[in-house]
Formats: sequence, structure tokens, C-alpha cells
Amino acid sequence: MPRLRLAVFKFASCDGCQLSLLDCEDELLAITDAVEIAHFAEASSTLAPGPYDLVLVEGSITTAQDAERIQEIRKQAGLLVTIGACATAGGIQALRNFADAAEYTRAVYPHPDYISTLATSTPIAAHVKVDAELRGCPISKESLLEFIAATLAGRAPVLPARPVCIECKSRGTVCVLVQGTPCLGPVTHAGCGALCPSYRRGCYGCFGPSETPNTAALAARFTALGQTPREIVHAFRNFNAGAAAFKRESEANEHKTD
Amino acid sequence: MSTRRIEVDLLTRVEGEGALDIEIENGGLKTAHLRIFEPPRFFEALLRGRDYAEIPDITARICGICPIAYQMGAVQAVERAFGADIPAAMRDLRRLLYCGEWIESHALHVVMLHAPDFCGLPDGIALAREQPGIVRAGLALKKTGNALMRVIGGREIHPVNLRPGGVFRLPTRAELAALAPALEEGRETAIRLFRWAAALPFPEVERDYEFVALRHGGEYPITAGRLASSRGLDIDIGDFETEFEERQVTHSTALHALRRNGGAYLTGPLARYALNSNLLPETAKTLAEEAGLGPVCRNPYKSILVRCLEMLFACEEALRLIAAYTPPAEAFQPLTPRAATGFGCTEAPRGICWHRYDFAGDGSVLAARIVAPTTQNQPAIEEDLVALVGGMLAAPDDAIRAAAEAAIRNHDPCISCATHFLRLSVRRA
Repeated sequence: MPRLRLAVFKFASCDGCQLSLLDCEDELLAITDAVEIAHFAEASSTLAPGPYDLVLVEGSITTAQDAERIQEIRKQAGLLVTIGACATAGGIQALRNFADAAEYTRAVYPHPDYISTLATSTPIAAHVKVDAELRGCPISKESLLEFIAATLAGRAPVLPARPVCIECKSRGTVCVLVQGTPCLGPVTHAGCGALCPSYRRGCYGCFGPSETPNTAALAARFTALGQTPREIVHAFRNFNAGAAAFKRESEANEHKTD
Repeated sequence: MSTRRIEVDLLTRVEGEGALDIEIENGGLKTAHLRIFEPPRFFEALLRGRDYAEIPDITARICGICPIAYQMGAVQAVERAFGADIPAAMRDLRRLLYCGEWIESHALHVVMLHAPDFCGLPDGIALAREQPGIVRAGLALKKTGNALMRVIGGREIHPVNLRPGGVFRLPTRAELAALAPALEEGRETAIRLFRWAAALPFPEVERDYEFVALRHGGEYPITAGRLASSRGLDIDIGDFETEFEERQVTHSTALHALRRNGGAYLTGPLARYALNSNLLPETAKTLAEEAGLGPVCRNPYKSILVRCLEMLFACEEALRLIAAYTPPAEAFQPLTPRAATGFGCTEAPRGICWHRYDFAGDGSVLAARIVAPTTQNQPAIEEDLVALVGGMLAAPDDAIRAAAEAAIRNHDPCISCATHFLRLSVRRA
């Protein structure tokens, strides 16, 4: 039986999510027994042409060339899966969507005319059909392994969209929110294992919104804890600023006065 | 006049994506441009208006391979701006965390990205078929570095535990002690990898670099020090901008850092080693002597050996810090924001990573400037290309292409950090 052909493509991103594949130190060589890594520029100089059975896409679309490139990649892809917050929601670079992108360019580059970039950073799903999303900034390697294993077995991957709170409860972490620390856990997609509360800090939402998140109720709770509207905007406006539920909540708080 | 053009769409086995242009005119090499067209993500712009406490989580996202470098420089800059005095025990804990980043990043580069070049192989997976013991040992060492990152930082990629003023949660002595056996094994692995790599076929070249690295009293530099160079520079990190400048070139979305006099310089393992090799542990010095490496190494291909020595050092340093660890009295100290400018500079695996932030009185960011190691190494990498590839222009395109990519990989460029996209085209006129 031919091995599953895997490809990894990168857009605007930090490389961290694709690094998760190389961070599977114990599993990497076993994966390559079951999967042909046909195109993975960070790992191999062998860049085989498509079509590919499974394409992992990291990063967001921020240039006109990349908007064209993702169309070509889609044509070569059986399953196309976004890995991480950039590909799934636009990433931290989507903060430009709330600002003046031309001014951003002027702020960083002495010759902004050399730089060609779109005014927005958009998720892959805004451009092509996406078959599945792996959440996180970065993704967890456990979810990546689960996805690859499920694909090989022909079953649906188990990636629950419940909130981080459930993971806190199951590991027995004392709730930081009831202790007065603002925490996005109640509205954030599980998958990290409730990492931040276990390090005595509030969740900062790097896995993006959970299913049916009540962000307004959480924002009201933050207000009761003494947070200003500006702080609430910042809480919802970071690595998943472009995710619909977080975007809506940050905008709802933006015009309230501190 | 004949024209010959070679193109490689994507430089492989580097972090991030870029291209390379080589222009040949009348049989001679005219220019070699490392072309980075990674889409810019504008970190310095989007940091403006954010609170000082948010900076390390945001700057981590500059690079998934060396997030600690971007977090550590940021927390140092905040602490310096607000006049915080970080106790030695906290400084040691942070140094221990950083050892983890050196180990995971160097192990990845040595085994999976760099070594295949010396063996004529496309990747570490192919190398694993020929040298399973070496690749497995290298991956195990990488895992040990990641374990340090996970225990102290919370996770390997974009750790969550660093904060201005300290950390969120102090690890217990038992948590750290549990890492010691893997680090003991890691030390042996680093020695084994060094000896294996020392037997690789290295091109006989020497380059006349100006090395720039931190130098910090009696310790091999990681998290602190003055900025020094092999040509006599010795400055406080706050004076970086008077000695170095960034220029924008048309062929790259990453800025190019140069000395103010216009000269290229090199930062990273070769530079750290050249300025600090006497501070390595005896085991590393003995190994270097065994391989005839000398106290300064100007052969960029042999950076693989220096990375192995630095992994050995990082394992020993981590063991020393774990054995001496007594949790600091407090996880963090409260900071009092003030209108001020702060600087931070640390030794990322790829070289110095420099930060400057201007703060308003409420602690929000007015302006940010971050100079990544690869930004600084780009001009030196281009000079390497001229020197290393310039002598082989009669060779077939494929040979030139392979040699050029290998010359770039010597410096483990992280194009994601510097911004990104490497395309190799050779134009012959």
C-alpha cells in the first residue's frame, strides 16, 4: 500500500507549528515509515510535486502572491488542514486589520515603497476550502499526532471544542478566575491541557474561541474584577484577534471609555 | 556574451523561506543576494500601545524555534526601563531555561538541517537510514532541551512562564532534579556528536569575520553581558544603536544590520566561541583540542562543531544550575512603570538578539525595535557566498546551487525571525 503523501506549506508565520512535527522526537522516524514527507522545506531538500494526500498549512495570507499560491496548493491537496492560529484565524499579524497597514509599514521600514503587503492578514479559510483546523499558538503536538493517526486509520480525529475550563477541572487545577485573575479559559478552545492556569496565570486564549463561547459574560466578569475596556480589548485581541467571537468582543469593548 | 540563469524556488532546511540571487558577469561573480521575501508581520508596529506585561507573549511569536530569545530580551528591557533589580537566583533560573533553547535549537540544526550537507543527503530522515544511532541520539538530545523548556517554561514552543519581574510559577527542586539524568546522557551525546562531526569532510576555508558577541565576566554568555567584537568593540548593550545600523535593501523584507562603518559582522556560535572559548568547560576545551579546532574558528562549515561544544556546555551548565537551585524567595517582584527606555540583549542560538522599548508613564509601549540575529548575519552570509561560491563558477548549476545552500545553512539562518522566502537564481551574463 502506498504511504500517505504529506506536504507542509508555510505562509506568514513563525515556523512554530510546523516545528511541532519535528518536535515529535520519539515519533518522527516512525511517522516517516507510515507517511511519505513529500514536501516539507524546513526539514528536507527533496521537494516532490503534488498531488498530496494531506497538506498542512501554516501561516496567514498577507500578500497578493500568497493569495494566489494557496489556490495552487488547494488544487494539489486531498485533505487541506490549517495548523495553528495564523492559518486558522490570521494570527497576531491580524492586528493590522484593526489598524492602518500602510502606517505599520512606515513604522517598521525606512523605505515602505519596497514592501508589498496586503492591508489585512486573513485565515486560509477566507481563500480556499479548509477540511480541518488544528487550533493553537502553537498547536499541540498531541493533536497533530492524533490527526495524522486518525487520517491513517480512516477515522475522525478526536479534537474536542470544549473550553479550557474542562481541562483545568480534569487536571485538578484550582480556578484562577475565582481567585481574581482574568482568564480566557471559559471561552477558549481546549487542547493545551489548561497550561497557563497550571502556571498560575490566566489563559490568554491562544487556542481561539471554543464552541458557543459567551464572551460578553466573561467580559462583564473582567469588568467586575477591575479591568478597563482597553484591557478587555487587548485580552481578546492577540493571537486569535481575527476569530469571529473574539473579534466581536474586542470591537464591542473598543468604544467604551476607560 | 552568454547568459545562464539558475533558479531554486525555495531554500530548504532553514527556518523560514527565502531565495538567493547569484549574478555572474563575464565569468566572474558580480553579486550574491540572499533574498528574503517572507511577508512582513510588523511586530514593532503592533506592539505600540500594548502594556509592558503583554510584550513577552507577543514577541515570542516572532520565532517558534527561539521564542525564549524574544521573551528574555523583552523582559530584560522592561526590567531595565523600570529599574528593577532581579535577584541572582532568578537570573540563574532564566539562564537554565535558556540552556534548554540552545540545546533544542542546536540539536535540530546539527542533526536534521546541517549534517546532511556533509553526507550528500537531502535531509535528516535520509541520514537516519545511514546513521540511525547518530540521528536518534541527536533527537534524544533535542528532546532533553525541550524538556527543560517544558518544565520551566510550560511548553517548548511559545513558553508561558516568563514575565517582567520574574516568572509566574517557580519550579520545585524535585521537578528540576528529575531532568538531571537526561542531561547527563545529553552530555555524553554532545561529545559523541562532536566526535562524529569532527570526522566529516570540511572544505578548507577561513573567513576574516568581525565576530560580535556578548561577553560577561567569567561565564560563557547567554542572558547577559557587554557587546564585544573581535576588533575591539566593548560597549553597553544600550549603546548598540551608536555602533550598529540597520539598512533596508530592495531584495529583502528583512533589514540588514551593519557596523556604522558599513562593515558586515558575524554573530552566533562562531562569534561566541571566538570571544569566549576560554570560558567553556574543560571537557569542551579538551574536545576542541582533540579535533584541532583552536580557540578561534573562522571556517563557517565547522560551526557544526562549535554547536556541538555549545550543547555540551549547555548540558553541563544546566546540571550545575539544577544542582545549585534554591527557589528564589518570590516568583516575581512587582514593577512600577515609568516613562523610560529599556534595552535587552541575549545570545539566541543564532546570535545576539537586541531589543529596545520606549515606554509611556503608564507602562504602555510607545516604540519598539528588535534586531534579530539573522538580520545581523545577512550581510556576512552574502559575503560568504561570494567567497565560497565565487571560486566554482565553472561548475554545473546543480553543484553551485548545493554549495550556495550549504554556505547559507552554515549560519542556521532563521528567516522567520528576520522576516522570510528564499529563492535561488543564478544569472550568468
